[in-house]
Amino acid sequence: MSDKVFMKGCEAIAEAAVRAGCRFYAGYPITPQNEIPEYMSRRLPQVGGVFVQGESEIASVNMVYGAGAGGTRSMTSSSSVGISLKSEGISYCAGAMVPMVYANMQRGGPGVGTIQASQQDYFQATKASGNGGFKMIVLAPATVQEAVDMTYQAFDLAERDRNPVLILGDGVIGTIMEPVVLPPMKSDEEVAALKQANRKWAIVGHSRDEKRGFLSPGYWSTVMQEEHCIQLDKMYHGWEENDVQVEELYLDNAELVFVAYGTTARIAKSALELLRAEGHKVGMIRPKTVSPFPVKSFDKINYDVCKCVLDIEMSIPAQMLYDVKLAVKERGAVDTCLRSGGNLIERGDIVRKAQEILSGGVK
Amino acid sequence: MEAVYTRTNTLNGNLLGFCPGCMHGTAFKLIGEVLEELGIDNKASCILAIGCCGLAQEVLSYDLATAPHGRAAAAATGLKRSNPDTLVFTYQGDGDLASIGLAETIHAANRGENISVIFINNGIYGMTGGQMAPTTLIGMKATTAPGGRDPKIHGYPLHIAEIINQLTAPVYIERVSCNNPANVRKTKNAIKKAFQNQLDGKGYSFVEIVTSCPTNWGLSPEKSLKFLEENMMKEFPLGVLRDK
Repeated sequence: MSDKVFMKGCEAIAEAAVRAGCRFYAGYPITPQNEIPEYMSRRLPQVGGVFVQGESEIASVNMVYGAGAGGTRSMTSSSSVGISLKSEGISYCAGAMVPMVYANMQRGGPGVGTIQASQQDYFQATKASGNGGFKMIVLAPATVQEAVDMTYQAFDLAERDRNPVLILGDGVIGTIMEPVVLPPMKSDEEVAALKQANRKWAIVGHSRDEKRGFLSPGYWSTVMQEEHCIQLDKMYHGWEENDVQVEELYLDNAELVFVAYGTTARIAKSALELLRAEGHKVGMIRPKTVSPFPVKSFDKINYDVCKCVLDIEMSIPAQMLYDVKLAVKERGAVDTCLRSGGNLIERGDIVRKAQEILSGGVK
Repeated sequence: MEAVYTRTNTLNGNLLGFCPGCMHGTAFKLIGEVLEELGIDNKASCILAIGCCGLAQEVLSYDLATAPHGRAAAAATGLKRSNPDTLVFTYQGDGDLASIGLAETIHAANRGENISVIFINNGIYGMTGGQMAPTTLIGMKATTAPGGRDPKIHGYPLHIAEIINQLTAPVYIERVSCNNPANVRKTKNAIKKAFQNQLDGKGYSFVEIVTSCPTNWGLSPEKSLKFLEENMMKEFPLGVLRDK
């Protein structure tokens, strides 16, 4: 059974997590994601779950590390500068193979930056979310509905891979209110069964004739550490084949292709519709997973007619640009349309840039 | 022949990698014996810290996870809150618990988490090679304080048990040592009390074990014991600070 409700992004993410079986959340206040811990603090106790306000982002992520290590579906969230503090714990989860879900409602940066929406953490989210070169599946919702659906799915992915999964939102996704259909609530029995299935590796106390629960974020043996890295790398490559999520629009014979994710993609789509109404052949690739990046979508572009692939992000310097360039493989021109500092890209900015390109004003 | 004393089953027989004269081995033996005597080695999980104690990860036969440096009390919080039937204890050195993890240490204690914290205080960083710790004694040489700890530059040794004793929530705080058989027995009893408190749902217990580090103190095991008794135990007096 599903029910349609009008919810703020952060609260919808929190509710989706609870419905997915999340029974532990720890977090620390930071704007613009405070509604996630606030919602969890009143919601989790209703379902027998645990909310802890950590003394810091560092403590919070390590509480999640501990709860996840015990086999409980666990989550934390923060924004940008707070995610930096969590990066140590996220790396430990990746190293020790402790499943966890976290959300980053991005704000301006670097440093404390601004509290408004940005996409300034793309590199951090997709390339180096902590030390050690690990990778994660990074889901980038463009609507509150998508944030809900992705959060619900994230727990399954995290548990399947025993790896962190990141919901990469931004200040707009976190604070906007939209109607959503919530996913079904997992029953207490289902949640208990999920936890029981994790018992084989979790540190819950095993008897001496069972295999001990042993979660190690490192090895004394260099050979074992390398073998661990090789196994993880195989998993990462598997994602490229099986876990890419992308929306492709009008790529056939597109003369201009937008690439945008999250909030920016909504604005870009609006610009696309305006341009297409004027007869321009504009297409779009919207990565829903920014990791793994939808590289194969770029093979569907007809580079004989495509004048430009336009990377649109709320980040200066451009960051997703480098994944776009790798995917285009020098088959065509790539340009950017950018804002930063917590300023939203306006539809007019994109339309103007598109018209400039389509009229031949760009290399 | 009847075996009157055997190694605890909680040690799997793999070689302990600790230096001669180190007391980590004794501490893990005592923990293991207590777990067996209380019949809870099958429901125990250790949150192991970063440092020399990490060498134990291949020798313990019960469940464990290694936490980031200093974060053991936070990880234990998450584990215990979501698995209240598991006996959760942390095992941390002074660099881990008293320096980088001071916030996690204090806040877990202040929340009165129902966990047991085992704190190994030897006044120096062991694994990294003898750097100054928050608990390094005045005048004691360290590789990052080659002239010895100078209070004008480095401040004074931190007394963590006394700091925790300022908080309302903790139920049990004791400082012990393993310098002689009598104190080893007291240490075992302290660990047992800390675990029993947790089983009884009483709340946060803190056991500080003042130990030596012959390798990084630059002393023989025998001279280390003497230094421990004459200097460390003077700065960090043994005894029960709280038993509610």
